[in-house]
Amino acid sequence: MTKKIRNLKEFSTSNDRYEGANLMCPGCSHNIIVREVLNATDNPVLIATATGCLEVCTAVYPYTSWDVSWIHIGFENASTAIASAQVMYEVLKRKGRLPESTMRAIEEGREPKFVAFGGDGATYDIGFQWLSGCFERGHDFMYVCLDNEVYANTGGQRSSSTPIGASTTTSPAGNVSYGEKMMKKSMVEIMADHGAPYVAQVAPNKWKDLVKKIQKGFETKGPVYINAMSACTTEWKHAPENTIDVSELGVESCVWPLYEIINERDEHGIIYSTKLNITYRPKNKIPVEEYLAAQPRFKHLFKPENRHIIDLWQKMVDIRWENLQKREEAGV
Amino acid sequence: MAEKMQLNEVEVWDGNMAAAQALRQAQIDVVAAYPITPSTPIVQNYSKFLADGYVDGEFIMVESEHGAMSGCVGAAAAGGRVATATSSQGFALMIEVLYQASGMRLPIVLTVVNRALAAPLNVNGDHSDMYLGRDAGWINLCSYNPQEAYDMTLMAFKIGEDLNVRLPVMVHQDGFLCSHTAQNVRPLQDEEAYGFIGEYKPVNSMLDVANPVTHGVQTEEDWHFEHKARQHNDLMNSVSTIKKVFAEFEKLTGRKYDLLHKYKMDDAEVAIVALGTTVESAEIAADRMREKGVKAGVLGIRVLRPFPFKEIQEALKNVKAIAAMDRSAPGGTFGMLFNEIGAAMLQSGKTPVLLNYIYGLGGRDTTIAHLTDIYEQLDRCAKSGKSEYPLQQFIGLRGPKLSFY
Repeated sequence: MTKKIRNLKEFSTSNDRYEGANLMCPGCSHNIIVREVLNATDNPVLIATATGCLEVCTAVYPYTSWDVSWIHIGFENASTAIASAQVMYEVLKRKGRLPESTMRAIEEGREPKFVAFGGDGATYDIGFQWLSGCFERGHDFMYVCLDNEVYANTGGQRSSSTPIGASTTTSPAGNVSYGEKMMKKSMVEIMADHGAPYVAQVAPNKWKDLVKKIQKGFETKGPVYINAMSACTTEWKHAPENTIDVSELGVESCVWPLYEIINERDEHGIIYSTKLNITYRPKNKIPVEEYLAAQPRFKHLFKPENRHIIDLWQKMVDIRWENLQKREEAGV
Repeated sequence: MAEKMQLNEVEVWDGNMAAAQALRQAQIDVVAAYPITPSTPIVQNYSKFLADGYVDGEFIMVESEHGAMSGCVGAAAAGGRVATATSSQGFALMIEVLYQASGMRLPIVLTVVNRALAAPLNVNGDHSDMYLGRDAGWINLCSYNPQEAYDMTLMAFKIGEDLNVRLPVMVHQDGFLCSHTAQNVRPLQDEEAYGFIGEYKPVNSMLDVANPVTHGVQTEEDWHFEHKARQHNDLMNSVSTIKKVFAEFEKLTGRKYDLLHKYKMDDAEVAIVALGTTVESAEIAADRMREKGVKAGVLGIRVLRPFPFKEIQEALKNVKAIAAMDRSAPGGTFGMLFNEIGAAMLQSGKTPVLLNYIYGLGGRDTTIAHLTDIYEQLDRCAKSGKSEYPLQQFIGLRGPKLSFY
């Protein structure tokens, strides 16, 4: 049963399963995204969180910010933890041993939903094997990557999601370096290529688009991957009050295109068709430069000797945007 | 409901089949596993039981042993019975999550078929993996033959799930020597086994949606110490539950188990202390020594964690010379058993001669002759009242003798 949502005011107060009073930085996108995901449904939600900012800031004993069942094991295995909890759910349901409250929820048409949250370190890097395994096995759960393009929890080291030119503590800009040398890994495409029935990229500023995709994901049987832009005040070095503005620049410049990939497949994983939909098209695509200029992690790119990296960025974004449109048009 | 399997009064099972049958009879809700030699047949047997309808749970064939234990933790936190099997490198890959499982107080059962750790790569049995995991906060039960592998695995569920314990349990058996050696095993019939283990009663289930729980929190110096102390306390106190379950099992089967396995220890003057299949070999060696008039005994450690400190002191109080047998590369010091037996003896105020024998690494055969040689050495020490040999010797090693101290 999909939750009906009318406006932002109603949406933002529509449930209270994640406590805002936690240790996250002011202006952190993680908090916004988690609230948006949880508010997208009235069904019970069970959550696993990878080691990272979200985990260390929201469940510091004897406190917890979570009014849903929540588990943290390690940096790499949030996907396996929640996927296995979902398997246990199916077994106990079959055996008639689910707790009464859960049976009641099912009778009311509110089946529990299983969600893992991981940062880009936990997703693109250390936890990739576990994530890949869970998707290959076809577990029925949603994985949300809170992608802030850096190991923020450990003090800002590069990850394989860190984009070219970003200055991090392990890819610092200096007299002879412009920062990170490699392009960002294409996680959305990689997860879609696992044959996942639903994969989408979202940004917290486009909340309606995000919620629609989360709801679609919850209605999908099988593994769902959501890549969420999560602007990081600490490591992107913008002011806390600018989080949504920076996100907006990311979407409007097509650095962070909003789209979804739907693989129509059967229970054995045979894919009958793949469809890519661009879900938001900027009226006037702004230059990448504006997005970069809003974040001091790219400040050094504006020195004359580094201008070519900004050009490279623009080229990369244009090629990718064009490619997405071609795929959408061709229906593949 | 799973199909019942009609078992003979005596079955010819190897250790892997014995463990797999115990897992089947435990009516596990979720098994998450990854195969590794020599424990692979446990996973294979279990898959076949599933394919034939003898198991009613789910089997998640994950992509690694780390994934297997991660899956076990997630599934156990969701409120059902969970188990898996592993060996060696797989055990090493699981190690991070082994601490998570005990820290979260989840009664997972892990059947460990002991095998050497690389390098060099070796598929055969020694206790390197057992020693690697000894501080992970799990109850450790040791079995020396397929019958015991079966019995210990059944009892592991009942011990770990006891509300006074709520800790994960490892059941060890020797790679190949036990896991691939078929022997007569007297199983319980399915109904008896179900009746013995009983229904799983979840604690803090993630799936009770009206009562959300938080598993695996962050603690720092303000609370971590209290959590670990409580965990240690409950692990130490699990002895009473272990004894209770052993007694219930004896009532049901007539098979008696204790924290220690004692063979001719009542009047022993020299004793071999060992783990694994070597315990049975040492019994044969002890018999031969007895024929020669040497009062030889064997002390097998049945429960490695919690360590039966007092019971060891009691069992060894009249022994004049002791061999602590360690089947693990010592890594720059004495073997674990030597150190722990030594600590127990020091506190007991007794001063027997205590020698450390490193043996059987990577599946190297340990013969009755090796063990009688050790008894001969112990006998000489017992007679002279002092150590006549180096403290640490390598047994059955090719080339020049190797000893230290």
